[in-house]
Amino acid sequence: MTDKIIKVDMLARVEGEGAFKVVVRDGKIVGTEFRIFEPPRFFEAFLQGRDHTEAPDITARICGICPVAYQMSSVHAMEMALGITVDGPLRDLRRLLYCGEWIESHVLHAAMLHAPDFLGYAGAIEMAKDGHGDVVKLALEYKKAGNAIVSFIGGREIHPINVRVGGFYKVPRKADFAPLREQLLRARDLAETFVDWTASFDFPDKERDYTMVSLAHGTEYPMNEGRVVSNKGLDIAVTDWPAHFREDHVAHSNALQGFMVDGGAYLCGPVSRFNNAYDQLSDRAKAATQRVGLPRDCKNPYRSITVRAVESLYAVDEALRIIDTYEEPDAPFVDYAPRAGIGMAATEAPRGLLFHRYELTEDGSIKTAQIVPPTSQNQPSIEQDLQSFIADILDRPDAEILHLCEQTIRNYDPCISCATHFLELDIDRA
Amino acid sequence: MSKPRLGVFKFSSCDGCQLSLLDCEDELLAVAGVIDIAYFPEATRADDVGHYDIAFIEGSVTTPHEAEMIQDIRARSTALITLGACATSGGIQALKNGADTAAFIDAVYAHPEYIDTLDTATPISDHVTVDFELRGCPISKHQLIELVAATLVGRTPQTPAHATCIDCKLAGHVCVMVTQGTPCLGPVTHAGCGALCPGYARGCYGCFGPKETANTASLTAQLAVNGADRRQIHRLLQTFNANAPEFRQEAENHD
Repeated sequence: MTDKIIKVDMLARVEGEGAFKVVVRDGKIVGTEFRIFEPPRFFEAFLQGRDHTEAPDITARICGICPVAYQMSSVHAMEMALGITVDGPLRDLRRLLYCGEWIESHVLHAAMLHAPDFLGYAGAIEMAKDGHGDVVKLALEYKKAGNAIVSFIGGREIHPINVRVGGFYKVPRKADFAPLREQLLRARDLAETFVDWTASFDFPDKERDYTMVSLAHGTEYPMNEGRVVSNKGLDIAVTDWPAHFREDHVAHSNALQGFMVDGGAYLCGPVSRFNNAYDQLSDRAKAATQRVGLPRDCKNPYRSITVRAVESLYAVDEALRIIDTYEEPDAPFVDYAPRAGIGMAATEAPRGLLFHRYELTEDGSIKTAQIVPPTSQNQPSIEQDLQSFIADILDRPDAEILHLCEQTIRNYDPCISCATHFLELDIDRA
Repeated sequence: MSKPRLGVFKFSSCDGCQLSLLDCEDELLAVAGVIDIAYFPEATRADDVGHYDIAFIEGSVTTPHEAEMIQDIRARSTALITLGACATSGGIQALKNGADTAAFIDAVYAHPEYIDTLDTATPISDHVTVDFELRGCPISKHQLIELVAATLVGRTPQTPAHATCIDCKLAGHVCVMVTQGTPCLGPVTHAGCGALCPGYARGCYGCFGPKETANTASLTAQLAVNGADRRQIHRLLQTFNANAPEFRQEAENHD
């Protein structure tokens, strides 16, 4: 058993191209590599010399699954560089747009990419054809409500066109929300059922003591703004991010890997947000958490599927709250004059903290750009999970090991286009 | 009769166009009922290689491996259809064409020796025969459903190549260029989005690429009259379809 190679040429149901390798010697794991070979597209290079107003549309194209996250981090960073503040209804509309992306991205991942791992199917379509049709239909209907928000505010689901530095090109009228509100009220019932469904699975009994990093905001569950905190006592302004985190370029990956400056791996994403900001969830989301017995201090990454379902329920609640309190703003955007400056922002993409930093010249052109996506930051943690979680099953059949490896990686909802599509598992047993 | 076999392949891209298929919430299960989804890694682990009646290609060719892969897929496919701006014109990453690739790698990566990439991002049609191209960054899901429906019955999909400007007039939007002087690529951009941007009070930024017989020189002359400088005009044409000949050449005229 100690001498063999297991290889899977493709891990499906993730976004991007990657590979994984386990090196086993004398029955023990001596190395793990999570390798991203998604072709590099050089966004940070070709942003140089572009106008700052182009950043939200250009950076959106990094990821078709979470374009809103890129738009949000980029506009907030630009606004810091330009010295303007966007608040009131415009801030609320941004949060509403983000709620839409959380719902569509989380439900896509939970129902269509991750759930098949727990139920033993190749994919959601296979699941639907084999007795799970009702729940797949429910998930599609639920996901559609998230997309409806993004379309309504942003103009279309993928690469929305209505986001600009300073606010929006056009804002909706109060009366126009009525059909969306009705759709979200229906989605809220689906959201409750969905939490219960994800909590009914059998979860591998595995935990790790992660350093959980997320934004935290005093009065709201973190999305667009906040300080960068961890469950281990980190509490810094976003502008101090570069002093506490670093990116390393390793030979086996086309994505830079994120570490804390002391070299430690950390976890970002829904489980971190849930641990760090549980108190800010809506009453309905808290009640669902308790109903299904999801631990308040969840350290089991396989339960991330239920955390995503809870966050999605929260996002439906929050979207309805924003719609019900919305007052039309005086203008669709805050006007400003270009100037030289440095701007940084972090927002919470569905899969975790997304950091942008830009340096602008006097005419508002981009001099330098730095983008740190959540999957880059999670790569070291993925490697450590694999090392830790498969050590005690190396004597099991290869198919079982492969299944657990894939499921473990999917816990992260890795967006390899942001940071990976072909995940190749290669267990080298010498 | 057996169901047609579909393969969905990703090259250099953001995933957004293939995601459009999963975003067809009302139609997805119906489509899955009439098509055998043999290969679609974003959605399923099923890894059914062999011959495909329909191959959907997302993304452009930017690495030596991708240049080999597209030849293999073409050889195994009856109808090869490209989805979106990356596959059809090269996409946003074609901004590296003509630039110094080594400098680009230096700007992003600490160890350039780890990176294996071509100097260009090129459309699929530069490499193999393409049977149909669906435009957009991203594609329109309504056009995607039309494409699937048409392909199943063997007719040509109805995706008009006229200008977005015409759709804009039909939609009754106020012209942003005439009334506000806002730069707009609507007159030279392929229809398909339903004139989305002007409906949101902004100019079209050309994400569906050039229309048939696009008169870009005439448009850029008007943009200049409205006050746009050469750099703004260059940037406007150098985004998600930067490598489409009609956009690229006119941008070069404004270097």
